[in-house]
Amino acid sequence: MKNYLKPFVFLLLLWPIYIISYQIIFNELGPEPVDRIINHFGEWTLIFIILTLSISPLRKLTNSTEWIKFRRMLGLFAFFYASMHMLSYVGLDYRFDFEPLIDDVLKKKFVFIGFSAWLLLIPLAITSSDKMARLLKQNWKKLHRLVYVIAIFGVLHFIWLSKTIFFKPLIFLIILIILLLFRINFNKSDSKI
Amino acid sequence: MIKFKHSEITPEKIYNKRRSFVKSMGYSLGALTLNSIPLINANASNLNEATSYEDITTYNNYYEFGTGKGDPHRRAKNFTTRPWSVKIEGLVEKPLELSIEEILSIKSEERILKLRCVEGWSMVIPWLGFSLSELLNKVEIKPAAKFIEFETIYNPEEMVGQRYPVLNWPYIEGLRIDEAMHPLTTVVTGLYGKSLPNQNGAPLRIFIPWKYGFKSAKAIVKIKLTEKMPNTAWKNASPREYGFYSNVNPNVDHPRWSQATERVIGESILAPRIKTLMFNGYEDEVAHLYSGMDLKKNY
Repeated sequence: MKNYLKPFVFLLLLWPIYIISYQIIFNELGPEPVDRIINHFGEWTLIFIILTLSISPLRKLTNSTEWIKFRRMLGLFAFFYASMHMLSYVGLDYRFDFEPLIDDVLKKKFVFIGFSAWLLLIPLAITSSDKMARLLKQNWKKLHRLVYVIAIFGVLHFIWLSKTIFFKPLIFLIILIILLLFRINFNKSDSKI
Repeated sequence: MIKFKHSEITPEKIYNKRRSFVKSMGYSLGALTLNSIPLINANASNLNEATSYEDITTYNNYYEFGTGKGDPHRRAKNFTTRPWSVKIEGLVEKPLELSIEEILSIKSEERILKLRCVEGWSMVIPWLGFSLSELLNKVEIKPAAKFIEFETIYNPEEMVGQRYPVLNWPYIEGLRIDEAMHPLTTVVTGLYGKSLPNQNGAPLRIFIPWKYGFKSAKAIVKIKLTEKMPNTAWKNASPREYGFYSNVNPNVDHPRWSQATERVIGESILAPRIKTLMFNGYEDEVAHLYSGMDLKKNY
């Protein structure tokens, strides 16, 4: 049974891919399909980052270490969806036309911070293996604290690109704040993680 | 056509990680992306090809009914548009209150006009309507009047979006008098030969084709002539981003969206962005209104 759990979760976490594939194949992307695809992957990236950050609190709340098994997978999926998000922006929307893209990154703060968040995800993805964790020892933990910066950047990215904070960006902001507050409490009570 | 290997555009980590199933999904998405590579940027938009009725009536920015594009279509179904009347007041010799029936009895004509949203997309809509000047000529505007203000109905019972402080309700928009008197400034009573759907601003809205869409107020109950520039809704919410004029201008970027190009609603995912035209393509008709003005300052 245990052997099948991870592959099962893996297939489950591909949910956003099933959805968007269905919508592409059956022409259900709506009037602005490119925007739909970009937003789809963007929102799922945020959801996966939130899920990754929920593992530690879940472990505490349920007093079970089972959850930790899935954290790496969640994190890598966050990176995967972030890359799909960026690829659809760069490829579908701007056709790899880099001049306006560079202009966007430099001039528009929401693009700048979103792009920064994606760049910061790269070292975390590269060092996600057990081997790298062993290699980096204590530094691994420090490095992977970058996920907090990434999460904040990601939510700011969403807030800044929206015309108003109501309601989706606000919901993500509230969830993120709650998850960050969890960290403060835990660090005070029993110092390590 | 330029060919990329899949491994060149996908981060290696992901490329290696995916199992065969994911690979095939990734390939199909990647293939779509690659197909679209011809870096031809389309030329001027075709002003004649109307967007489908379905897209026009299901993809709306109408925050009174919610901030999602599909919200107005879903939530405006039971919006009450009768009885309805519109007051024209302020700096006028003969203030008026017109019932919607009186307004609808004015002869409407089909006007195929392009809508450019500040968010960077556009539609071509076959509106039914008449020039606002026809209404304004009835009230005799006083010489002191410099601006005109449009007020949307305040009805939080039916307009659920108005229950939240997304904008300062009721929605206020405005124009300079000469802009309001321009024949292209249209009082809209319908689209596609039918009466105006609720989600598009029934029973009565304004449409100014050379300005970003949010300038065109919906479900109007009051038109007021004023001396001072109206405190319009989006300018009020974020003055740095939304100016009073808000003319479509590819050379003045919004802080968040490039205004140089736009996506055409209803096109496939493979269709490229098109270039945005000065005054949304109505430069010949309206540029004279702004001669001598710095449009970068007066955005």
